[in-house]
Amino acid sequence: MGIYTIRLPDVGEGIAEAELVEWHVSVGDTVNEDDVVAAVMTDKAAVEVPSSVTGTVSWLGGAIGDLIPVGEKLIQLTVEGEGNDTEVGIKAASQNAGSVTETKPKPAEAKEQSQRSTISDKPVPVEQTNPAASESFSHKPERAAAQPRAKGTKPLAAPSVRARAKEEGIDLRNVPGSGPAGRINHQDLSNFIEEGGANSVQPSSSKKNTKVKDVKVIGMRRKIAEKMALSKSRIPHITIVEEVDMTELEELRTALNKKHAGERTKLTLLPFLMRAIVEAVREQPELNARYDDEAGVVHQHGAVNIGIATQTENGLNVTVVHHAEAENLWDNATKVSQLADAARDGTIKLENLTGGTITITSLGKLGAIATTPIINHPEVAIVGINKMQIRPMWDGQQFQPCKMMNISCSFDHRVVDGWDAAVFVQKLKTLLESPAMLFVEG
Amino acid sequence: MSELKCKLLIIGAGPGGYVCAIRAGQLGVETIIVDSQAPGGTCLNVGCIPSKALIHAADQFHEIASAASGPLGISVGAPSIDLATTIAWKDGIVKRLNDGVSGLMKKAKVKHISGDARFLDGKTVTVQTSDGEQRIRAENVVIATGSSPTELPFLPFGDDILSSTEALSLQEVPKSMVVVGGGYIGLEIGTAFAKLGAKVTVVEATGQILPQYDSALSKPVSKRLQQLGIDVQLNTKASGFHKGKLQTDQGDIPADKVLVAVGRRPRTDSVGIDELMLSMDDAFIQINKSCQTSMRGIYAIGDVTGEPMLAHRAMAQGEMVAEIVAGHDLSWDKRCIPAVCFTDPEIVTCGVLPHELKGAKVSEFPFAANGRAMTTEREDGFIRIVARPEDDAVMGIQAVGVGVSELSATFALAIEMGATLQDIGATIHAHPTQSEGFQEAALRALGKALHI
Repeated sequence: MGIYTIRLPDVGEGIAEAELVEWHVSVGDTVNEDDVVAAVMTDKAAVEVPSSVTGTVSWLGGAIGDLIPVGEKLIQLTVEGEGNDTEVGIKAASQNAGSVTETKPKPAEAKEQSQRSTISDKPVPVEQTNPAASESFSHKPERAAAQPRAKGTKPLAAPSVRARAKEEGIDLRNVPGSGPAGRINHQDLSNFIEEGGANSVQPSSSKKNTKVKDVKVIGMRRKIAEKMALSKSRIPHITIVEEVDMTELEELRTALNKKHAGERTKLTLLPFLMRAIVEAVREQPELNARYDDEAGVVHQHGAVNIGIATQTENGLNVTVVHHAEAENLWDNATKVSQLADAARDGTIKLENLTGGTITITSLGKLGAIATTPIINHPEVAIVGINKMQIRPMWDGQQFQPCKMMNISCSFDHRVVDGWDAAVFVQKLKTLLESPAMLFVEG
Repeated sequence: MSELKCKLLIIGAGPGGYVCAIRAGQLGVETIIVDSQAPGGTCLNVGCIPSKALIHAADQFHEIASAASGPLGISVGAPSIDLATTIAWKDGIVKRLNDGVSGLMKKAKVKHISGDARFLDGKTVTVQTSDGEQRIRAENVVIATGSSPTELPFLPFGDDILSSTEALSLQEVPKSMVVVGGGYIGLEIGTAFAKLGAKVTVVEATGQILPQYDSALSKPVSKRLQQLGIDVQLNTKASGFHKGKLQTDQGDIPADKVLVAVGRRPRTDSVGIDELMLSMDDAFIQINKSCQTSMRGIYAIGDVTGEPMLAHRAMAQGEMVAEIVAGHDLSWDKRCIPAVCFTDPEIVTCGVLPHELKGAKVSEFPFAANGRAMTTEREDGFIRIVARPEDDAVMGIQAVGVGVSELSATFALAIEMGATLQDIGATIHAHPTQSEGFQEAALRALGKALHI
């Protein structure tokens, strides 16, 4: 029997550390070779860490949310034969405590850690090997077992307890009482509130809900939060909303889909819009750019790498279709759909999440009338599309039913003037309203 | 005609109304209270307080009159009483309390208007004052008009046919008095006049006096009535009064005065409440747990909302409504309303009676085994606890005995606090007091009685 240590592998170029977002195993589990043991989050992508051996998990190197340096011990297994390590993880970790402080919970953090485990509803096995964490449980005061109460009887409680329950919007009939005859004291009420009991009471009634649920912002959600804050705080946004008559384009799209039904990828609006962006930035290359504001340089790219904001279970992802200018409608359509699938099932590669030069965001049917899209930093423009619907439009003689759609485009006002922004939006409008122009070489 | 506006208008300055007004005033709610009587309502003017004064005077007189025949070795001559002086003394107490209530309301910045109120609509009331008609518009109205003695058509009040109000202001003790109605009001006043020397007969239509209580509780009272020479005629229906004789289906009973005490009815008609078309429970105004009536902004408290017609219930309701009007979220969640019957001996009830709780654990401790009771020459009565069988939670407490009215506080507190038999049994009760019987009753229910 020996100890086999798996270290956090190199999860991407230039990445020094990754955030531990999920343990797939716990101490004592048997793991086969190639079984996934953990998932870590890098700048954008979630990476799964497989086991290279078969064995039994003996030590876990961190808790969910910890940042683990690349090359640091991630997990240890007890294996047949010699293994690759002689140091048991706990010892190793304590020896390395100076350099890896974030991977091990400090006693002061232990309580927070235990709360975290209750929120995620997933065991955080590291606590089982952490004496500090188990101590924090023993601090909880012993609580007398609550007595069941016969149905239809009024709960026993002093007037002050009843008044407080009323104030908190709690039906005392649901509160377990620890006193004789199930009498409810102030502590019982406090416990009930603390344990979120208040929330379970008559959710339909309009009583005060004093419950606070703490959700740790970790992994992808943290990345999104950082990115959004960076973008919105750094970039002075200017947003222009314009309406576009999509009638003709919709006719064309329907016709194309009908013609190639079953053979080719079904065309959504996105490939047309990508095409329009490619055409529009040909005239305004300053909008297909990445602005390195610290260096004071706007990199205008030849490649039109279009980011597509994609909703996944874990939150917003921006998949990037590289070189949209070099692909036809169907190729772009295929790529968009493939990338979206990959993003949703978590298999997307880092390169397909980076390198965008301009982004499209769409809420589909939820698209509302207008949105104020946030630019995907360090890009300088984003095109948001809103819900399409038939609206009456005056053609000079009468109202015509037209398939209208609003587009909401935001620009980095530091490097894009309002005038240029307006020109871009008008160009998009023109192209989308007369789709033939999309395919005429400019 | 001027119009006044306020946030809260209270019609009726009885215990419910004036408490509501004081608390509302304290909470900064602009409040007007209207009543044609001096503040204090039935309770203070013609009910609780005057009757207790009369009962006290009668007790004193009776003690002295019977002292010579007692075991204490006291000899006195035959006493006499000038009832007019007694009544004047009683009126002085009432006046003091009227002034006290007025002062408290004034301190709370409540405007008191004297006169008869009448609803014009749900928000507007006119008051006939001595200076003319006063119109008042209010955001919230509290109906606290109380109740009045029920009149029997064949025994209309007037001359020798008295309601409790007149009985409490008699200037001399009648030679004979027939009390129609064996409820607590009739028995309290009837007993007092018997002690003062009147020949008292109680006529009760049903087969039991104090019909709201079980026979164990009323039995010591029946026995005492007999000792005092009060003739109780059960299953007897009065039918009229003619030439100094009360006519009943069991024959005529001579009577200088007839006290009709057959209950009280809510006072809704004279105020125009009937025209508001509020939802009613029989003759009473229907209210919810926050004392709101079926009309928004109109509350009702006290006797006008039904049984039990008790001043302290009205006070608690009044206080609650004031808080609600001031914006606090409250509702009625009292576990018990103690009730005291100032008969001889007194009866206290609090919470459920034995027959009202299935499988109840019932335990009694008789005052015959209580040292303090023996030293006051009165060993009649007992304290009784009704507990939930499964967990010994105390659901009801009753007592009958001299002076037990003061025990009502500890009984109510035990129930409101959710006490169990063990709690009461483990609390030290001072010796020698009647209250020891409370602890003993609890211990007895637990099979651990010490003194019985």
